Amino acid sequence: MAETATTTVVKTDEPKLPFGKKERRLITDPLGDNNPITIQVLGICSALAVTTQVIPSVVISIAVIFVCAFSNVIISMLRNHIPKQVRMIVQLVVIATLVTVVEFVLKAFSYDVYKQLSVFIGLIITNCIIMGRLEAFAMANNPWRSFLDGIGNGLGYGAILVAVAILREFFGKGAIAGMQIIGPNADYLINTSESWLFGWYAPNNLFVFPPAAMFIIAVMIWIQRTYRPNLVDIS
Amino acid sequence: MDFLNLFIKAAFIENMVLAYFLGMCSYLAVSKTVKTAVGLGLAVIFVLGITMPINWLINTYLLDGGIMGMDLTFLRLILFIAVIASMVQLVEMIIEKISPSLYNSLGIFLPLITVNCAILGGSLFMVTREYNLIDSVAFGLGGGFGWFLAVIAIAAIREKIRYSNVPPGLRGLGMAFLLTGLMGIAFMSLMGIDPAALTGK
Repeated sequence: MAETATTTVVKTDEPKLPFGKKERRLITDPLGDNNPITIQVLGICSALAVTTQVIPSVVISIAVIFVCAFSNVIISMLRNHIPKQVRMIVQLVVIATLVTVVEFVLKAFSYDVYKQLSVFIGLIITNCIIMGRLEAFAMANNPWRSFLDGIGNGLGYGAILVAVAILREFFGKGAIAGMQIIGPNADYLINTSESWLFGWYAPNNLFVFPPAAMFIIAVMIWIQRTYRPNLVDIS
Repeated sequence: MDFLNLFIKAAFIENMVLAYFLGMCSYLAVSKTVKTAVGLGLAVIFVLGITMPINWLINTYLLDGGIMGMDLTFLRLILFIAVIASMVQLVEMIIEKISPSLYNSLGIFLPLITVNCAILGGSLFMVTREYNLIDSVAFGLGGGFGWFLAVIAIAAIREKIRYSNVPPGLRGLGMAFLLTGLMGIAFMSLMGIDPAALTGK
């Protein structure tokens, strides 16, 4: 399914405008009809486990956008010098270097988030969406277009991640990005133990557990494919 | 921790796919038929079982102050992924030599193991949880076995569900996600079981 859905790589001439219509599509496509998660089904691996809360998901999204964009640029610049047989290793080393940079920046500036994400920062290396874009796009396009493609795919990935995280944190813990909105004591904005209107509400703990993320993404895929029947693949 | 305890813990209680979502990409890509799922599952067990002890040796004797007391831990991610990539290459060559038929049936999936998060994830968990050499072998084999079980289970279910009347928008991928979620709930019932406590150690 992943192979059929990725954008067909068309080798184009150097663009006349640095930010024309084609370039805009590179950013908007991954947000909708060519979304990395719901359509290309790449990169689900590393990050779904972090979507229990909004802040770590935002951090991971920013990290993925950064790594995806810059690895695309670097590989695109090197693309004519890399021998075909060793390209995987070259790509992995470039990605691993960028991820190491991200890891140390995070360690220095936000140690709490770093601890919370633990191994999942390192796992950005094996995030298939980054490898996938390098193979499918950066190896055949110039650096500027590759950069935009990286940004677009990172954004498309981050959008799903943050949406899942908002749903999971709100229904699971009654909070969004650490702001406690609805819950059973006075720390929350709406105190369900005293409010007569929301007395029935209890946070649904299932949303904190991993399976909830699968259900939420399944529903997202369902909604998207109901409106775009051409995206359905039967397998 | 006991070898068997850690193996069982890694395979069932902390299943790579169903508890941590590791290796989801290849899990979804190869689970269309049981045959390919079995092939890739075995390869994952093998690669995890080899790379975890090698990465443990590298991490302990090379990176963690091994060379003249230098702290080289910043090279950890790069070295780990290089070891994994070269091991996969090696496995690929060995399989090609010994059993060309298996090599042909695995095809593209062998190089895919390099970017299987379960492999790198295993090595990274090993570092954060401070396993020793034997623990890391147990965790590697157990984690691989858990991945193998999960991928075969989903492949079998997906083969059956192809003949069911699923709403069009959910067909294929959507259903695979829902099923994985349900399997995850089933595996959640194992959560919190401590094998060490059961054997009285």
